[in-house]
Amino acid sequence: MASSRILIVGAGPAGVRCAETLVRHGLRPTLIDENRRDGGQIYRRQPEGFQRDYRTLYGSEADKAKALHDSFDQLRPELDYYSDTSAWHLSGQRLYAHQQGRPLELDYDHLLLCTGATDRVMPVKGWQLAGTYSLGGAQIALKNQAVSIGHEVVFMGSGPLLYLVASQYLKAGANVAAVLDTSAFSKRLSALPKLLSRAPLTARGSLLLADLLRHGVSLHFGIRPLEVLGSTDSGVSAIRFARADGSVSEICCDALALGYHLRPETQLADLAGCAFQFDELSRQWLLQLDDLGRTSVPQVYAAGDGARIRGADAAERAGELAAIALLQDLNRATPELAARQQQLHSELAVLSRFAQGLSEAFPWPAQHAAQLSDDTIICRCEMISAGELRRTVQAKGALEVNRAKAFSRVGMGRCQGRYCAHVGAEVIAAASGEPLQVVGRQRGQAPVKPLPISLYAVEPTDPAPQESMQQPAPEVLS
Amino acid sequence: MISRFVRLDEQHRPRVTLQVNGQPVDALEGDTLMVALLTQSRHLRQSEFDSGLRAGFCLMAACQDCWVWTRQGERLRACSTPVSSGMDILTYQPEAAWPVHES
Repeated sequence: MASSRILIVGAGPAGVRCAETLVRHGLRPTLIDENRRDGGQIYRRQPEGFQRDYRTLYGSEADKAKALHDSFDQLRPELDYYSDTSAWHLSGQRLYAHQQGRPLELDYDHLLLCTGATDRVMPVKGWQLAGTYSLGGAQIALKNQAVSIGHEVVFMGSGPLLYLVASQYLKAGANVAAVLDTSAFSKRLSALPKLLSRAPLTARGSLLLADLLRHGVSLHFGIRPLEVLGSTDSGVSAIRFARADGSVSEICCDALALGYHLRPETQLADLAGCAFQFDELSRQWLLQLDDLGRTSVPQVYAAGDGARIRGADAAERAGELAAIALLQDLNRATPELAARQQQLHSELAVLSRFAQGLSEAFPWPAQHAAQLSDDTIICRCEMISAGELRRTVQAKGALEVNRAKAFSRVGMGRCQGRYCAHVGAEVIAAASGEPLQVVGRQRGQAPVKPLPISLYAVEPTDPAPQESMQQPAPEVLS
Repeated sequence: MISRFVRLDEQHRPRVTLQVNGQPVDALEGDTLMVALLTQSRHLRQSEFDSGLRAGFCLMAACQDCWVWTRQGERLRACSTPVSSGMDILTYQPEAAWPVHES
């Protein structure tokens, strides 16, 4: 059989376990990753020369992080691995990327998208001020660079990561001014039956909470963020929020970590033509997948948080399952693989139930989108306000997210909608009275991230104008 | 000290010196440009769309808020670019100026 060209995008838990399974079955996949080192965001490796040990970096997840890194190190000679490589387009079974200033084009027969997630953010008035960071970003600052994002940090949003990162900051010696959670504590109790599907993890979460309290960190549940106070030149100076009882408080700080769980990175799947479905519980568009991770497009698979937001443990298993799907599609199914598939499915069932419990315990506060003041910035990149977007909906009748994007530019800036498109859709839905799924989903566009024009431009060497239109031949690997 | 980021650990790395807006700046080997800049300043760049200063947002190469420039005009994402000795960085885009949009 002619060897199949297999391309994996992303070297986090899903991508590494996927690659490992394929290598174990005699295949040699190509693995590209945007980071300099493997591990993804969750098990991100610190730069060479840093000394902190696994326990300091990854806490209770140290063994899993080490196991994943060790697996990758062993796999490394069996892979065609491109680190520091950013994919920007997909077309006709060719992925377009660039690595350290040079274009790279990769042809594939099978594509495994393990593209991970970014923070899901609900804007708050003033969040464009310097010193506001995504919650995941705050964690990366600590994990990857051993720095705190500020001298006094407030953590605001919802989800388990809020408490985890706050306690990691505390442990590392940073000043944590407060943790402000939009979710009411009672939600955690009603979600408890699902959360107890992973009782040790739930217990650990409670310990984090107790630890924060013991250190005198101000904790508030069921809050509504009102404003990030500060100035355009010095940045964040305080957070104003409404407590659950409606009274308004302010907490001084010079940094804010803001996050509401995660949203999947799906732009490449979108360009590959994969179908999406609306998930009512999380109010997000997710890839349509079969139970092994096959997308609606033949020979394109997805795993990890880019497919379903279930965390790193589930990502490792889903990555392996996607590899099993690919092996089946190559007629390499074995009884051992079938047995392994069954085991992974039963483990994933528990992890999925737990993830659902988390979504219920720390719900996305969709109702806040309707309450954002007209002068709240929705698009940080281009400073477009909720009021401008609402006027687009009312004056131009733009009830669909891509149409509203064309008129308002929300979703068109340098982040390409990663941090605003989902909120823009909520604002449109609230302003128009249409359900969120009718407002729709912002389409992915190439380039999925900005790329330097120098990649495809050449210096004009001759007065003849057509010469300057020539492109250097990129390296094509097939 | 007027800084945004605070170093908590890993401070025994070799020093490197780079130029930022023509001034020498000390950093540590393994720092990203973002950390090198924000441990001695409160911002990375000027927003093109208002008078605000920006200091990055996502730190995972997704939001593009942390762009800075080399003196040659090459754009760098500060959160994912490691420092190296002798870098010549500008926190404003060379040879570009446009009116700021204030709504």
